[in-house]
Amino acid sequence: MSIAATQKRGFGAFLWDYLTTVDHKKIAHLYLFGGGFFFLLGGIEALFIRIQLIKPENDFLSAGLYNEMITMHGTTMIFLAAMPLFLGLMNAIMPLQIGARDVAFPFLNSLGFWLFMFGGILLNCSWFLGGAPDAGWTSYAPLSIQSPGHGVDFYTLGLQISGAGTLMGGINFLVTIVTMRAPGMTYMRMPLFTWTTFVTSVLILFAFPALTVGLFLLMFDRMFDSAFFDVALGGNTVIWQHLFWIFGHPEVYILILPAFGLFSDIFSTFSKKRLFGYTAMVFATILIAFLGFMVWAHHMFTVGLGPVANSIFAIATMAIAVPTGIKIFNWLATMWGGSITINSAMLWALGFIPSFTIGGMTGVMLASAVADYQYHDTYFVVAHFHYVIVGGSVFGILAGIHYWYPKMFGRILHEGMGKAAFWIFLIGFNLTFFIQHFLGLMGMPRRYWVFLEDQGLDTGNLISTIGAFLMGVAVIILLINIIYTAVKGEKAPADPWDGRTLEWAIPSPPPFYNFKQTPLTRGLDPLWIEKTEGKGKMTPAEPLGDIHMPDGSILPFIMSLGFFVAGFGFIYQVDHSAWLLAVFAGIGTALICMLIRSLKDYHGYHIKKEDLEREAD
Amino acid sequence: MSHDHSLSPEVMPQEPEKATLEGKNKFFGLWFFLGGETVLFASFFGTYLALRNSTAGGPTSTDLFGLELVFIMTMLLLTSSLTSVYAMYHMKNNDFKKMQLWLAITAFLGMGFLGCEIYEFAHYIHEFGFTFRSSAFGSAFYTLVGFHGGHVVFGLSWLIALMVRNAKRGLNLYNAPKYYTFSLYWHFIDVVWVFIFTVVYLMGKVG
Amino acid sequence: MKGMGKTKALFLLSFLAIVLAGCGKENLTALVPKGTGAETSMNLILLSTLVMVFVFVVVIVVYVIALVRFRKKKGQENYIPKQVEGNKTLETIWTVIPIILVLILAVPTVAATFELADMSKSGDGVNIEVTGNQYWWHFNYKGEEIQTSQDLYIPTGEKVYLNMISSDVIHSLWIPSISGKMDVNPENVNKMYIEAKEEGVYWGKCAELCGPSHSLMDFKVVAVSPEEFDKWVSDMQDVDPKAQPQDAVAQEGKDLFEEKSCMGCHAIGSSPAAVGPNLTDFGNRSKIAGFLEPNEENLVKWIMDPESIKPGNKMTGNYPAVSEEEAKKISAYLMQLKPSDITPESAGK
Repeated sequence: MSIAATQKRGFGAFLWDYLTTVDHKKIAHLYLFGGGFFFLLGGIEALFIRIQLIKPENDFLSAGLYNEMITMHGTTMIFLAAMPLFLGLMNAIMPLQIGARDVAFPFLNSLGFWLFMFGGILLNCSWFLGGAPDAGWTSYAPLSIQSPGHGVDFYTLGLQISGAGTLMGGINFLVTIVTMRAPGMTYMRMPLFTWTTFVTSVLILFAFPALTVGLFLLMFDRMFDSAFFDVALGGNTVIWQHLFWIFGHPEVYILILPAFGLFSDIFSTFSKKRLFGYTAMVFATILIAFLGFMVWAHHMFTVGLGPVANSIFAIATMAIAVPTGIKIFNWLATMWGGSITINSAMLWALGFIPSFTIGGMTGVMLASAVADYQYHDTYFVVAHFHYVIVGGSVFGILAGIHYWYPKMFGRILHEGMGKAAFWIFLIGFNLTFFIQHFLGLMGMPRRYWVFLEDQGLDTGNLISTIGAFLMGVAVIILLINIIYTAVKGEKAPADPWDGRTLEWAIPSPPPFYNFKQTPLTRGLDPLWIEKTEGKGKMTPAEPLGDIHMPDGSILPFIMSLGFFVAGFGFIYQVDHSAWLLAVFAGIGTALICMLIRSLKDYHGYHIKKEDLEREAD
Repeated sequence: MSHDHSLSPEVMPQEPEKATLEGKNKFFGLWFFLGGETVLFASFFGTYLALRNSTAGGPTSTDLFGLELVFIMTMLLLTSSLTSVYAMYHMKNNDFKKMQLWLAITAFLGMGFLGCEIYEFAHYIHEFGFTFRSSAFGSAFYTLVGFHGGHVVFGLSWLIALMVRNAKRGLNLYNAPKYYTFSLYWHFIDVVWVFIFTVVYLMGKVG
Repeated sequence: MKGMGKTKALFLLSFLAIVLAGCGKENLTALVPKGTGAETSMNLILLSTLVMVFVFVVVIVVYVIALVRFRKKKGQENYIPKQVEGNKTLETIWTVIPIILVLILAVPTVAATFELADMSKSGDGVNIEVTGNQYWWHFNYKGEEIQTSQDLYIPTGEKVYLNMISSDVIHSLWIPSISGKMDVNPENVNKMYIEAKEEGVYWGKCAELCGPSHSLMDFKVVAVSPEEFDKWVSDMQDVDPKAQPQDAVAQEGKDLFEEKSCMGCHAIGSSPAAVGPNLTDFGNRSKIAGFLEPNEENLVKWIMDPESIKPGNKMTGNYPAVSEEEAKKISAYLMQLKPSDITPESAGK
């Protein structure tokens, strides 16, 4: 294979290329596409919810369908949209930021993506096969055990499969950062986005297995008549809540830490200043992650764990405010004294600060256990977590997409449309969720299919629905922007933003081997150092030589397909044992793929030095 | 361009499992994976501890467990961990034949353990009518111990695939990390069993 | 720019509406506490809001100043700011101040948590066993031989202890203006106390997703003076479940009530069996099915087709079909079950 293989090819070849790719940049495209698709799906579900709540006692959706809608909105947005979109950005950028040519396990990287995708598709198949899960994204037992039909079965299997994919992604990033940093790229010189990728991966690694276990118990209870949550046989439903939140709380940090990292990079780039208090930022990230494992029971203040447990978890939760506060002030200090450029990427970052501060503030308010007796499971909580997940994670994803779009796709997104989308989204977002704080305290619990007339909740809900539609408009503008950019967008130079980190030292989009010669890092913000103190470009750490590249493979796709089929088998073997054949066929396929993978030696191939020399600089 | 990583004793590095970048990646990757596995088993242990007295009128742990069999199983698995250490010792000395021999003994002991476990489960089901569906305790017991058993099965398959695949080609820098990561995994299974022995069987029999 | 004007007017109107709506509906909103628990929570809500608004203002002031002062100006395209690594003093300040703020919040939180969990005096007070069901609430007054469903009568000014368990899935009992919520689990009894400071009828809600009709699982707390409460207790104890209605239509309704096997689930009197709601004081109920106005039309509709009112309820399909005429008769019987003069309507008047 030669470098000149990037000519125009037919659609079949294009598709095959993406199905078999192990290149982290192409897998990033896949994640962004898959995550983006589910983001739109989750958004449409959100609009259905808001239409139902536009007026009191509305009958736009039936009660059962409404519960399916809220369950799928939450599950889709968290597992299938926000997380994969971040995994996409991490895949695209993190290896470039540490000067690596790929991730540690390219094959696993591809497998992780396909497992996520097939898991997501499996979950969404439920819409067409008798109804989606309807026990909430938290799927509390015993409601989830009693839920009729196969909805919750799709939930357990779909999340199990996509969760396995995410776990692989996490391990992959961890090893990549440990072993594949370029010469001179010490841990304390890594860009903040790489740091948060690392810490997020640790969270994924230690949080997801708890969900795995919870899902197994739920699956066994529903499909094989075990008694974990069956009170009559001594079961205990609170176990599910513990397992779910031992996973679930770190999960929210999985969703926010990458955003913290990329905002740090963006603030520093567009303020033309080094990140203020880099060391403090790194340790604050680690501390947040650590505390993130100590606070799960603050989701359970009303469960009846007793005043001792409630007090301990309340204080532990409040403590998280300290490292988070450090971060906010360090970002402000980074801008202070800088030379601030405001473009659409920076706008999302700037919009994040007040939005996330509000979300963090209500977070501390929720930590006060006795106050939480009032907030818990009301629209106050809905408002809170949308302020952090939309105001933090979604703003982060959108900032990241605008910031790295040139690097990932070689073109710059249209500024005018970018700014329009930002302002409309910001207004819509605040309109939707700010009022919900008050709705909650005025007596509106969350997950209410209808609210009654004459309870003082009408106006607030109407405003909220109007805001949701504004957010929808902003997303449509973003889509138009992406299409416009693909057709007529401005071609991006290697370093469009006067960047500071290694990804801006190579062409946009990067060649498939990333760095012709591994760069030598001389400090934090290596490219900036070379630009201001060196000769303007990176010094290579090695002479030009052959580059070793991994082989592409279709096995990850087939393996994931196998698990997908086995998932259907598990779900339907309850109705008819013939479906067990699908279980065996699916898992058998996956195992055979695994065996092929282990028995065959994969040595990869080499790009010859002569070919690299022929490439223009 | 194909790489022949075959080794002669003279060029054998000190730590063949970490001599290449791929090997190093596998080494760290497996350690991280075991970190995740620890949480997985911790969750199963937590569930078991919460439900171990929820027998719903069915057999209790004191009725069921016999420490003799469990002691034999423990010895089998602990010894197999030791034999895998010998195998790794021979790997570092580049003595492929001895490594394969010790690994074969490891596999043999692992299968012995598995046989005992199957016998144990069958015994509970036939003698006591104690199943996965009897009570919350039953579900928790079979799930925890069964997941461990599943890990043993997977480990054995992994080991046998490795030994068969490499029987004729000897040790090299490409497969040394594979052997080494297997041995790490096998130790982990052993450690989990020590906890099961203590938490499930000893605490179940004594108090 | 007519469109602009309209949008502006809409905005103005909606903001005005919010101000007018104020803190929400009285006896439902948590923002106007009428009970001990709600007051304790409200104090913490106010304290934490104050602390947090302070933080927010500081952040926003620094943010705005930074944006205005340090935005790149014309002619500064090549200006490179000083690359500052950090500042020990500043960083210490914004580490220490949040710690102090957190402590200010943590101490009263812990105190309040223990205060509201104090059940040591439950022996002296009114004790009520609460059962959460899909989608209704049952109240069994311990030691008094009184059962009610959906309307919970309590005396004002004293702590009423609730011992709560669920018969099916997890529910959560919430009376926003009296007290914060607590989950109602199927495997263990959760204890909490409520104390109303004023007489009145307060809305109660289920706050844990429990199925399709989760949003309709409303109930009412009827808080009356201790004297009235005692009278209500004795009235309820004097109920004769076999008493014959005076009215002929109601009498026919009573017969139908037995014939259509309504009695299999719905007790009238003090029987603790509660497959369906206890109907002893049905004529005094503030609402039908927890949220409908108590009139014949609604009751007939409910009797004939409960599924259209509360999807997923357990009454649907468990009794023979009832014609409209029959439903009216049953309704007449149920509506005249008024064992006491102490009613939701009389409460607080």
